[in-house]
Amino acid sequence: MTRYSAWSVFKNGLSGHKNWGRAWRDPEPKTEYDVVIVGAGLHGLATAYYLAKNHGVKNIAVVEKGWLGGGNAGRNTTIVRSNYMMPGNRDFYEHSLELWENLSHDLNYNVMFSQRSHISLLHTPAARDGAARRYNTMRLTGTDAEIWDLDTLKREVPHLNYNSARFPIMGAAVQRRAGSARHDAVAWGYARGADQHGVDIIQNCEVTGVTREGGKVTSLETSRGTIKAGKVGFAVAGNSSRLWSMAGLGKLPIETHKLQAFVSEPLKPLLDQVVVFGVGGAHFYISQSDKGGMVFGGDLDWYKSYAQRGNLPIVQDVAECATSIMPCLGRVRLLRHWSGVMDMSMDGAPFICKTPVDNLYLNAGWNYGGFKASPASGWHFADLIANDRAGRKIEHFNLQRFERGVNIDERGAGPDPKLHG
Amino acid sequence: MIRINCPFCGERDHSEFTYGGDASIEYPALDASIEEWHEAVFLRENIRGMQSETWHHVNGCRSWLIIERDTMTHEIKSIRPAHEGYASALASSSSSSNDAVGEQDQ
Amino acid sequence: MTGKRLPDGGRIDRTKTLRFQWDGQALTGHPGDSLASALMANGEQIFGRSFKYHRPRGIMSAGVEESGAMITVGEGARRDPNVKATTQELYNGLVATGQNAWPNVRYDMGEVNSLFGRFLVAGFYYKTFMGIPPLEWGKGTGIWMQYEKLIRKAAGMGTASREADPDHYEHSHDFCDVLVVGSGPAGLSAAITAAQAGLDVLLVEQDHELGGDLLNQSENSDGKREGLISAAEAAGVRIMTRTTAFGLYDYGVAGLLERVTDHLAKPDEHQPRQRFWTVRAQYTILATGALERQYAFGNNDRPSVMTAAAANAYLHRYGVLAGRKIVIATNNDSVYEVAADLSNAGASVSLLDARASVAGSLMESTGSAGVAIRTNSAALKTKGMRVATGLEIASASGNGWQASGSESCDLVLVSGGWSPVVNLISHRGVRPVWNAEQACFLGPQTNEPISMAGSAAGVWNTDDCETSGLVAGVDAIKALGKTTKETQSAPQIGGWETPIKPLYEVQVPGRKLKSIVDPQHDVTAEDIRLAHREGFVSVEHLKRYTTLGMSTDGGKMGNIIGLALMAEALGKEIPEVGTTTFRPPYTPVAIGALRGQSVDEHFRPLRRTPMHNWNMAHGATMQMAGLWHRPWYFARKGEGITEAYIRETETARKTVALCDVTSLGKIAIQGPDATTFLNRIYTNPFAKLGVGKARYGIMLRDDGFVMDDGTTWRLSENNYFMTTTTAHAGKVMVFLEELLQTRWQDLKVHVTSVSEQWAGSAVAGPQSRDVLAACVEDPAVMTNEAFPFMGVREVTLKGGIPCRIARISFSGEMAYEVYVPSDYAPAMMDLLWAAAEPLDGCLYGLEALGALRIEKGHVTGAELDGRVTIDDAGLGKMASPKKSFIGSALRQRPEMMKENRPQLVGIKPVDRSEKFNAGAILCKTDMVSGLGEGWITAVTHSPATGHWIGLGFIAGGHEAWQGKTAIAADPVRKGNVEVEIVSPHMFDPSGERMHG
Repeated sequence: MTRYSAWSVFKNGLSGHKNWGRAWRDPEPKTEYDVVIVGAGLHGLATAYYLAKNHGVKNIAVVEKGWLGGGNAGRNTTIVRSNYMMPGNRDFYEHSLELWENLSHDLNYNVMFSQRSHISLLHTPAARDGAARRYNTMRLTGTDAEIWDLDTLKREVPHLNYNSARFPIMGAAVQRRAGSARHDAVAWGYARGADQHGVDIIQNCEVTGVTREGGKVTSLETSRGTIKAGKVGFAVAGNSSRLWSMAGLGKLPIETHKLQAFVSEPLKPLLDQVVVFGVGGAHFYISQSDKGGMVFGGDLDWYKSYAQRGNLPIVQDVAECATSIMPCLGRVRLLRHWSGVMDMSMDGAPFICKTPVDNLYLNAGWNYGGFKASPASGWHFADLIANDRAGRKIEHFNLQRFERGVNIDERGAGPDPKLHG
Repeated sequence: MIRINCPFCGERDHSEFTYGGDASIEYPALDASIEEWHEAVFLRENIRGMQSETWHHVNGCRSWLIIERDTMTHEIKSIRPAHEGYASALASSSSSSNDAVGEQDQ
Repeated sequence: MTGKRLPDGGRIDRTKTLRFQWDGQALTGHPGDSLASALMANGEQIFGRSFKYHRPRGIMSAGVEESGAMITVGEGARRDPNVKATTQELYNGLVATGQNAWPNVRYDMGEVNSLFGRFLVAGFYYKTFMGIPPLEWGKGTGIWMQYEKLIRKAAGMGTASREADPDHYEHSHDFCDVLVVGSGPAGLSAAITAAQAGLDVLLVEQDHELGGDLLNQSENSDGKREGLISAAEAAGVRIMTRTTAFGLYDYGVAGLLERVTDHLAKPDEHQPRQRFWTVRAQYTILATGALERQYAFGNNDRPSVMTAAAANAYLHRYGVLAGRKIVIATNNDSVYEVAADLSNAGASVSLLDARASVAGSLMESTGSAGVAIRTNSAALKTKGMRVATGLEIASASGNGWQASGSESCDLVLVSGGWSPVVNLISHRGVRPVWNAEQACFLGPQTNEPISMAGSAAGVWNTDDCETSGLVAGVDAIKALGKTTKETQSAPQIGGWETPIKPLYEVQVPGRKLKSIVDPQHDVTAEDIRLAHREGFVSVEHLKRYTTLGMSTDGGKMGNIIGLALMAEALGKEIPEVGTTTFRPPYTPVAIGALRGQSVDEHFRPLRRTPMHNWNMAHGATMQMAGLWHRPWYFARKGEGITEAYIRETETARKTVALCDVTSLGKIAIQGPDATTFLNRIYTNPFAKLGVGKARYGIMLRDDGFVMDDGTTWRLSENNYFMTTTTAHAGKVMVFLEELLQTRWQDLKVHVTSVSEQWAGSAVAGPQSRDVLAACVEDPAVMTNEAFPFMGVREVTLKGGIPCRIARISFSGEMAYEVYVPSDYAPAMMDLLWAAAEPLDGCLYGLEALGALRIEKGHVTGAELDGRVTIDDAGLGKMASPKKSFIGSALRQRPEMMKENRPQLVGIKPVDRSEKFNAGAILCKTDMVSGLGEGWITAVTHSPATGHWIGLGFIAGGHEAWQGKTAIAADPVRKGNVEVEIVSPHMFDPSGERMHG
């Protein structure tokens, strides 16, 4: 397998690029694997990669009903940050950010993680104090966090609405190490990395049944035949509830909602950071991709849906937010909008946990936050599957937390999944 | 845009309404156990396909409605007021008002 | 390509001249010109540069599929980058400039990228730029981010204005029975048919003229066009031109963009630039036409290579002959008439047809126009470094091609087949279906009320298109329950005499060609094959890896070629490879249009209280509270906020002060079961609240955490008046309605939001009673005996103003909340102020309100953040053990009942001269790191104690911290301050003052 580098690009360029091999194999499913991960999204692929790399598990398959990275992996707005404050979230997302920082080198695949700063605009003294609690917690737990006054913000981000904003901007809460990455590259990098460690990534292989015997999952029925499995991990985001009920396990604390995302025509550099706007019920985030498109999004469509297509009210809402904070965007043209289905949980926090079935493990409930979490999610899900016990950083990401009354709700929005955007 | 035919206001854009949640949930008595309440408040069937769900006509008549809707296609099969009293009042008034319309048409 | 304006012909108005600028040159054109046709008429050839290799780009089409002539129009705040010259109407004074090039598009230093082209293939950037070359040494993201700066500068296309967009936009709504998209023969015919049956038909056309492809046909078709248009008008079809249906959404809803002034030199300032329409249609007919595509061959992206349909449009519509010596390469019948027309217009034309034979009639008619026709022939490579100077030709050889001479020319026209515009139907989440005979994707049947008609449905001939439209109209009529006498059946798909020969790429063994699939992004045929070699074989992977179809034309030109090449590489058929899903919008839409009028103060419209103006007239400075503006402080001369709020706080404790509290939520709760209802939703008992009494209450969510607090007043047996916090007014109302309409249908209770109906003022301070006594008609009601603490009275203010008063206190002083019907708000304030001012009273705002409540340890939203239990807030005694209420089960979950949870406390600096901040984290003195022991929610300078105080939460509450200090750590702002943890009730803990 070729190691990617400037040298390999040069060398292959001289030979007309005829000698590049496949980035990953396209294997036929074997009849049996030690571990089968369902879902070749970022979380499933990362899990397989770390299972093989960190835990030396040899015989792993990732089965995917469509194409790898074809779900939310390629539909999100690519924001990476760790500005979480609740016990249980803080360490986990920080670990994820640390993994991001070296991910390109680790995978030998340029995921283009750009630590260009994540800037949450502040509009009232109360919001500033609320942000201070979060960003102080971040600083005290060893990550970078700043509160900027208006002058600093104007200097760093010059083209925001500092004159006629409905919600005047008074400063910002900033994490400089945060930023954005190239979403597809993360999926491909993990896929290639996992493949190099011998993981079979089996695409176009839909799970149609989960066979249980004696308190264990014995095999998965798939569109490409029966696959026996020593251990099974679900990492299927918005489709978690369907697999869960296929496994005969009843209900999950998850509701599937759809979230739209937007990209503009490509432009010469206009915005150098990730900017987030949230006040008065408005919610908006924007950054500029390396290709030049403004990538942005806002709220959920507000009703439960498995459809990967959005409707106009949120398009309007997002456009309103966009021009409210960046009035020059009025003439910038929207090139595409699309939608993904989100596994919204009851407290906005995820599940990386054991299940009532001994050898079945669940990774779900990522709400809006799945992209940034994917490295740590894979890391800790792999650890959980390999060692059959939850590590400290995921100790609250279990299905029992609601019955126990553990609260890791970053927004304090309560048990209404659509409020955890 | 989903178009919702509110039994009181007629067909409107879904942006006039807010989605509530799974209408099949039966909330237990206030003095029921933590387990029963946990199930009602936190656990969801999360159906892909036709489900019964609540919507609130928040920017209209403020009725809570029970709507059967496909969560994949967004197609709506039925709509009725959540409150049975409203539903029966509506049924009796709509049969009489239909008569009135019929007379006008003539 | 050396285009020239012909002496006559076309749909332009030659009697008028329009002046415009291109890259600083003054040029002219005529009304009816597109910017592209005017530029072409002026002999211009290079209009842009491609994304990656900066290869020169010319005009490739005459419409929305344009992938070459991307330019910047306008200047200053009205600069629009990435405009397709082919769709921009010319107007007098138009200023156009080239983009993505330096110093200009004709001589671009960026072209140096082409030299490294062999390295800059699909996806190369995923393989490098990670570390120090050549072997990517290093760690972290630092090196990548240096590369990224350069890459970002090189990428992008045009430059957006940095200034606020000065134009305004509108969002409008419409309804119709039938929405017809497209006004070619099919669309017009569909609209006429449906309208004649009495349906309300809306016809939208993206062009400024109706007619679709009829506009591009020779003048003989004018009669047909005009006939159809008058029939449509006569039938009452509502027609919108310059309007693009950019997206189809659920339930027959379409998004339209109407360009109102983009074609005007001096728009009326009262006109919106564009109008975004939400249209709800019962039935939708998509007569969106078809787009001609190229096939890939060497240097097929050179300026002066375009579609045959484009040359046809420039000839017939704009009176511009796009070249003098033209070679046309085709694989289908559609170019034959074009070839003849171009020849008749004076060009020397030869035609290469990839097929072995062509219908004799076509050969004859076109040949007799002087066109030399070669079968079994195709374009192999465009000659010429900047623009075409000739074409190398390939001839069929077995299953492939061999080089077969060349021809000099200044224009190469290509037709690789036609792609019906299936974008809109694809927005509905359905996949287009491959039609192998016609070599194109067609819209699938859906179970939605949508029909495709005309060439959008794969019907090629004009007359057939008209029939196809008529049949679609009939479909709509039937679906909507109307009747029609029309009985025609749908025409056959297709219509060419000799079948198309599918052709996506021409190459010969041993030749290395730069064959472009996606001209804007420089995706080459080799890139597609590289993607295949590397395993990016699914459509989605191919698209994302090579960026095929991600450009501003949305893949209208290149997608099918890319798909076909992948199919070939895989040895599969095109439908086995799949199709990409087209996403809205069909053509890019300005974000400003989508937001419509919701801009500045119309964005999340500002809420003002009925006494807003009164407050402003009395010196208020406003602060945002959600959507509201509320008084923050009332500065007197020389005061800043600090001096003002301290004075206001002191005044409330010393004499009397007034505060606008109108933004609180207010809910009328009425009915025989109102008492039962309240007793279920509040944690504390409401069953025995007497008439004429108010009570403070806490509501929990179902999950047992605090939702909101407020007071509820019993006005009469079955009539209560509830107040909520400003922030949760809407949420509480919705929840109460949900409970009554879904869970507790047996309760006979009505809830009505009366937030808008009542305006309120707090009257606080030792002399508050005197103020009110001076304002009510009967002062006797105000005595301590007649109106005790927590009493409620409905009285009349002087002048006959009806009024509700409760003696309740948030400030800790003797205080009242006074509500009047909203229209009386200024009158009430005049009355109260007239009584309070002589007593050295004052007005106070949110800042003093905060100071007063912090001194008292009263909670607000800063404390009740959705994660706090009633015990955490120190209000556990308000949770009745004798009844069940919303949240009473789940509040008893084990983690929520733990002793050492963070609990509400008061905070004082050890050094009383020090200030500290809300948002600081409370830590043990020996461990100022980690998640801490608690946090500070609110601080104020407290006049009552003479120093800064705060509220917050800390593990175990203040009892656990007796004799210990903590550190308020605020590294993001101030640093560390040592603090004492005390009871939250820092002023008048026994509450004597409010009972006073």
